[in-house]
Amino acid sequence: MTRAQLRQAVLDALITVVPEARPAEINPAAPLREQLDIDSMDFMNFVMALDETLGVDVPEAEYGRLSTLDACVDYIGGRLGIGAEPS
Amino acid sequence: MGEFRMPALGADMVAGTLTEWYKHPGEPVRRGDIIAAVDTDKGSIDIEVFEDGVVERVVVGEGQKVPVGTLLAVIRRVGETALSPPATPLPTVMPEAPPSPAAPVTPAGPSAPTQRQRVSPLARRLAAELGVDLAGITGSGAGGAIVREDVEAAAPSGGDRQGRMRRAIAVAMARSKREIPHFYLASTIDFALASAWLAQWNAERKPAERLLPAVLLLKATALALLEFPELNARWENERVQRAEGIHIGVATSLRGGGLVVPALHHVNRKRLPPLMLELRDVVQRARIGNLRSSDLADGTITVTSLGERSADLVLGVIYPPQTAIVGFGSVVERPWVVGGVVAPRPVLMASLAADHRASDGHRGAAFLATIDRLLQSPEAL
Repeated sequence: MTRAQLRQAVLDALITVVPEARPAEINPAAPLREQLDIDSMDFMNFVMALDETLGVDVPEAEYGRLSTLDACVDYIGGRLGIGAEPS
Repeated sequence: MGEFRMPALGADMVAGTLTEWYKHPGEPVRRGDIIAAVDTDKGSIDIEVFEDGVVERVVVGEGQKVPVGTLLAVIRRVGETALSPPATPLPTVMPEAPPSPAAPVTPAGPSAPTQRQRVSPLARRLAAELGVDLAGITGSGAGGAIVREDVEAAAPSGGDRQGRMRRAIAVAMARSKREIPHFYLASTIDFALASAWLAQWNAERKPAERLLPAVLLLKATALALLEFPELNARWENERVQRAEGIHIGVATSLRGGGLVVPALHHVNRKRLPPLMLELRDVVQRARIGNLRSSDLADGTITVTSLGERSADLVLGVIYPPQTAIVGFGSVVERPWVVGGVVAPRPVLMASLAADHRASDGHRGAAFLATIDRLLQSPEAL
């Protein structure tokens, strides 16, 4: 899986939780909770979707590392051994 | 014969528009089957039937707005004889052709394929909510089907769903404040043991099996209500009418504004994991506009939590004719005295707004103290 594919997979997981979100309008550096108006229930569903689709079980103690889209891709990428692509 | 009537889906509902029959004359139904969709000020709701039988006759056609309590259909119970051949449905004001008058015992499907528009269920529901006439829309979906985007594009300024929901909330809340003499109490609860227990529980489990603090608060509230039945009740006919079950309405905010209050049933009897599953299910369905009549019809008390948005304290407005609403604020670290020593502890504020006709401050304070006591033994919830 490339990093671009990983980003898309994370976005897909987000969309399952917030179907009305428009991926192109998500600021990758801004907190997801505020910009998508999601609460702990939505966030739990997001973590479940990541587990189901990517096989990454995020411990509750590390939920704080999924605060933005970029942070999610970095964290999941790190867990899956997918590093940043050369620029 | 059984009578299937327009249900009251909350204190603020006086009428509803029957937007679609999912079951038609001649079709068998079982208790719990969803047989129709009704549009209310709070969105489109699937309506369940509460007895086994066969749809004998449809009384109200699609598109008709009728008061709560109006007979919608007649259900022939098991063992009863049909009075007459299944009747032709009433004329509908919706643009689709009516379903086949003698529908076979199969799931409902298009009965007039040469005329009937193909409309996705979500688009049909949205059109009803937004007041969009499907007849004027050209579908862009597969085979010319009308899909959600087509309805949204046809809605003037996104429709008036928000406005209708605000008006419905306004009616219920104004009635509450006008008629119910509220009194308010609040108590700060040490949440350290509950937080630690939750952290341990969740650390040992996959995401799908984890619990949120909300589920502990709901269960503790339900167990406390066993000792304070006057708070799990309705004020009707100038007296307290105690409810038979503990069905907690969960105030659920909708993205983009508004709220709905679906109920979790018999909360006191359920273990935490299935309660968590039910809570997740009902909140998710609330947010995609897929609630059923049984979710909305019979809450006996309401719980609201604004902790997600960092509010320390919420003093709620009672949802009539209920007699109480319980509020929970954020779990926050605060200096707390434990054994004579000040230490940082996670605490939260619990509040009670209660109807002074049904209860009083002494009982209300004892109720909050009981919730506190129960939360100090989270493993027993």
